[in-house]
Amino acid sequence: MSPLERLARLDRRWIFLMMGILVLIPLLWPLKMEIRPTASSRTFHRAIAAIPDGATVLMSCDYDPGSIPEMVPMTRTAMRQLWEKNCKVVVTVLWPGGPGLVDKVIEDVAVADFPGKRYGVDWVNLGYKPGNEAVMVLMGQGILTAFPNDYRGNLTRSLPIMQRARTYADFPLLISISAGYPGTKEWVQQVQARFHLPMVAGVTAVSAPEFFPYVQSGQLVGLLGGMAGAAEYEKLRNESGDASRGMDAQSLAHVFVALCIVLGNLVPRRRAGS
Amino acid sequence: MSLHPSPDLSVWVAAFLTLCIFSFLYRDNPFYKFAEHLFVGVSAGYYIILNFWTVLVPNLGEPLLASFQGRGVVAARDGMFAASLGDYRGWLLIPALLGLMLFTRLFGRIGWMSRWPLAVIIGVFAGLKTTGYAQGDLVAQIEGSLQPLWTGDPATTINAIIFTVGLLTSLLFFFYSREPRGAFGVVSRIGIGFLMVGFGAGYGYTVMSRVSLLIGRFQFLLGDWLGLR
Repeated sequence: MSPLERLARLDRRWIFLMMGILVLIPLLWPLKMEIRPTASSRTFHRAIAAIPDGATVLMSCDYDPGSIPEMVPMTRTAMRQLWEKNCKVVVTVLWPGGPGLVDKVIEDVAVADFPGKRYGVDWVNLGYKPGNEAVMVLMGQGILTAFPNDYRGNLTRSLPIMQRARTYADFPLLISISAGYPGTKEWVQQVQARFHLPMVAGVTAVSAPEFFPYVQSGQLVGLLGGMAGAAEYEKLRNESGDASRGMDAQSLAHVFVALCIVLGNLVPRRRAGS
Repeated sequence: MSLHPSPDLSVWVAAFLTLCIFSFLYRDNPFYKFAEHLFVGVSAGYYIILNFWTVLVPNLGEPLLASFQGRGVVAARDGMFAASLGDYRGWLLIPALLGLMLFTRLFGRIGWMSRWPLAVIIGVFAGLKTTGYAQGDLVAQIEGSLQPLWTGDPATTINAIIFTVGLLTSLLFFFYSREPRGAFGVVSRIGIGFLMVGFGAGYGYTVMSRVSLLIGRFQFLLGDWLGLR
């Protein structure tokens, strides 16, 4: 039996094992491969840098624990950049599994890097509300109407941060960190297009190709695609977070998948020939 | 490099469940089944409680209760129905009733009543989606696709030409009213080429997404659980 024929009968568990080893090794011993920020990541970073200091920004974190490795590094880095500019952040979460996670992620950033930032003054988590696009449109009629209470049960109209965050017109930028539906696509369709609110987005890699046309048309000012986008954003901020640390493993895994595709295409040809 | 295992019991539980799920890569087994069933059960419970406390209570229960007690938002008039003064809370009885009607599906003879709230849901979302697509995708994307082929800058010009050729040939590939032969066949094949590049990019990004999940779990096991430093 030739090596290629033997490969055709290979137990797929060897591929799983190989993938596991290739991901594990660079996490233990980093290779420190270079990360080069792309144009869309640079514009994401620049758009936040261009916000006036102290402005109130709307950030929608539409994800749940299933997309932590891609979404959480983006959220952390964006919060650090915003708080360095002393911006106030109004957070919404349109995924039912997300509010608790997002609350903890932002609270951790506050505790670790910005101990002076206070809930209700510097940021608020409006929490989850069902309705998807309907919530986005309702927010256009008034943020307080759509969210009478925040995630922690406070009356939103009693929070200092909400005194200057009543409608979309009060925000200079919308940051959408999204893992699917509802998410960036719906924010573009219902809010960017309708209320002309400038918008940047961080999305999962699997959905990123869907959003590049929005960058081309100028509907999105900047875009981060998956862990690579998060790592590029960290690089632009001179940070070394989970995304940057994961990129060596990501690169090796991609080389391995490419190799598997090449070999996989050789095997059936050989079989057909024989 | 040394080990500093987490003293947090919840981290140990999460690590155990992660390993249970990973065990499926070898073969189906009771540990995987246990973790899978636990996940389904906990998720169902979590979503029910979350929806009750963050949706039903603040958006329906509390406003209705306040209305029943005559505590209107507008001091000028007490009572439940004061839409003319900007207080719509009493009218929440209508969506509450529609919501309850959804459950009539569970009772065979009056099951038809569930069609009314469904009609409202479908009507609202059809309207939202149609206007959203028209504004956000159709008009804006056509506008974004109309770009000058000659910009003065060679790099931008080449980009614009490739983009326009790709756009037109890909669109023509989906023109099924004529058999793709001759010049039209060549154009269609060029369109297929552009589509394949798009599919390839999509596949690459999908691999990145899936590998990211694996990396995330390994980072949790090595960092949060074992504390390897």
